[in-house]
Amino acid sequence: MTAKPMMTANPAMPVVSAQDVHKWYGQAKVLNGVDLEVAPGEVCCVIGPSGSGKSTFLRCVNHLEKIDAGRLQVNGHLVGYRERGGRLHELREKEVAAQRRDIGMVFQRFNLFPHMTALENIMEAPCRVKREAKAVVRERAMRLLDRVGLGARCDAYPAQLSGGQQQRVAIARALAMEPTLMLFDEPTSALDPELVGEVLDVMRDLATSGMTMVVVTHEIGFAREVGDALVFLDEGTIVESGHPREVCARPRHERTRAFLSKVL
Amino acid sequence: MADVSTHPGPPPIRAVPVRHYGRWVFVAVMVVALALVVRAFWGADIDYSVTLRFLTAGNVLSGLVNTVVISVLAQAVGIALGVVFAVMAMSRHAEVRAVSAAYVWLFRGTPVLVQLLLWYNLSLVVSTVTVPGVGSWPTNQLITPFIAALLGLGINEGAYMAEIVRAGIQSIDHGQSEAAQALGMSPLLTMRRVVLPQAMRVIVPPTGNEFVSMLKMSSLAYAIQYGELLQSAVKIYSNNLAIVELLLTVSIWYLALTSVATVFQGFLERRFSRGVMGNGRPSVRSRLLGLGGPGTKGAVR
Repeated sequence: MTAKPMMTANPAMPVVSAQDVHKWYGQAKVLNGVDLEVAPGEVCCVIGPSGSGKSTFLRCVNHLEKIDAGRLQVNGHLVGYRERGGRLHELREKEVAAQRRDIGMVFQRFNLFPHMTALENIMEAPCRVKREAKAVVRERAMRLLDRVGLGARCDAYPAQLSGGQQQRVAIARALAMEPTLMLFDEPTSALDPELVGEVLDVMRDLATSGMTMVVVTHEIGFAREVGDALVFLDEGTIVESGHPREVCARPRHERTRAFLSKVL
Repeated sequence: MADVSTHPGPPPIRAVPVRHYGRWVFVAVMVVALALVVRAFWGADIDYSVTLRFLTAGNVLSGLVNTVVISVLAQAVGIALGVVFAVMAMSRHAEVRAVSAAYVWLFRGTPVLVQLLLWYNLSLVVSTVTVPGVGSWPTNQLITPFIAALLGLGINEGAYMAEIVRAGIQSIDHGQSEAAQALGMSPLLTMRRVVLPQAMRVIVPPTGNEFVSMLKMSSLAYAIQYGELLQSAVKIYSNNLAIVELLLTVSIWYLALTSVATVFQGFLERRFSRGVMGNGRPSVRSRLLGLGGPGTKGAVR
């Protein structure tokens, strides 16, 4: 396994770098040449109609899905592969797991572990994967729970929490691994409308703290307010990208305009 | 909810319930059948004092212990093999899946009694067992009735457990292992810490069923001279000819064992319903008695 230097030192290097990324399931093309760079501290929001490949792209970034062509790098390392002698070699599952430690992911359906309390959910990976001391992890986990406003519910099981609370625990769980990149896969889509705000608040706080984030979302308002970049994906390609307010105010492409008129 | 007594609307409905005459006929038939059975046992030449006296006879008790020992160990072997072969059955590699399928096919497809006899007579197939660098032993010495029973019952059980464990693992939402992987957990850690603990809720009830079945299935080891409960009864009644009396003695013990197993299963089910429908951990009372406690209420059983 190659040693993995800390990458935060080099501000010029993008955290995520996708070059001509393709992905297909059998005959169906899901990603059709995606080029994207996310700089350190940047919040990149990805929007697009359902089936446009935005979730797939996000899942490729931490190798939950394999890409079929192109290059995808996180912190300067190819995701899921090693390049040697001009050929790509698949990484072992252990090595892929090691890559994922630096990438936090928040899912549409939270995916908290139902047999663990909120606190146990957060402590699990730092204790078992990074093998950190339990007392240290507990303290950090409690701090994170406080940060997402759920310090008092640390002993609650996921089933005892509302959707918004579960998603906030899920964000804290991902942060506990101290990632350099956070991926959000439609984090508010499964929530009742009145619970969306509390999750967006936590994400806004995270963005302000300088976390690099890629957010697949339908919340145009959030993208406009918090995002540094907005990417409109349709049929597996990036149709338009730019500053969120710019794209929302003056979309250059007909498809972007049509989509925005439906969601705004 | 509004109090029914102050309900201002129309009076509550008091309808005549449907009469189920078929049920009465059924119950009557069952009562008659039971009476016939009781009369047969009552009128037969059975000395029930012998049945009761032999309940605590030394031979019967040592048979009882052996039955418990072989059942617990064989079930443990079965569970371990079941987990391994269940994971293999879900492998991405076809050849690994094929090995698992062949194992289940072979050991689920042949009678346990035949398997037991084959293990017991293993020396007819291989005369010596050699472990390179360690030593070599005649198979006859290695395969005692106990070892043969453990291998026969355990490996057979593993085939059934593999199917049960596989069903349990497949019942867990894929998002769970994705979330674990996204946190950097290895496939093994994901299985051990995230998937299996949740799958237990699905695995425990049929496994309890399997163990109850194992307690009784262990009586087949009688055929290979293993000193379990049934064998102790046979030894005694071949001397005193109190055949039915002794068979009733062991029946009582088997019933006692399966009853204990059932209570234990209930405890395990509550233990693994942690986090389901807002349950807390089982209380001390439920832990000791297998009754009540917060686990009982909303648990999906």
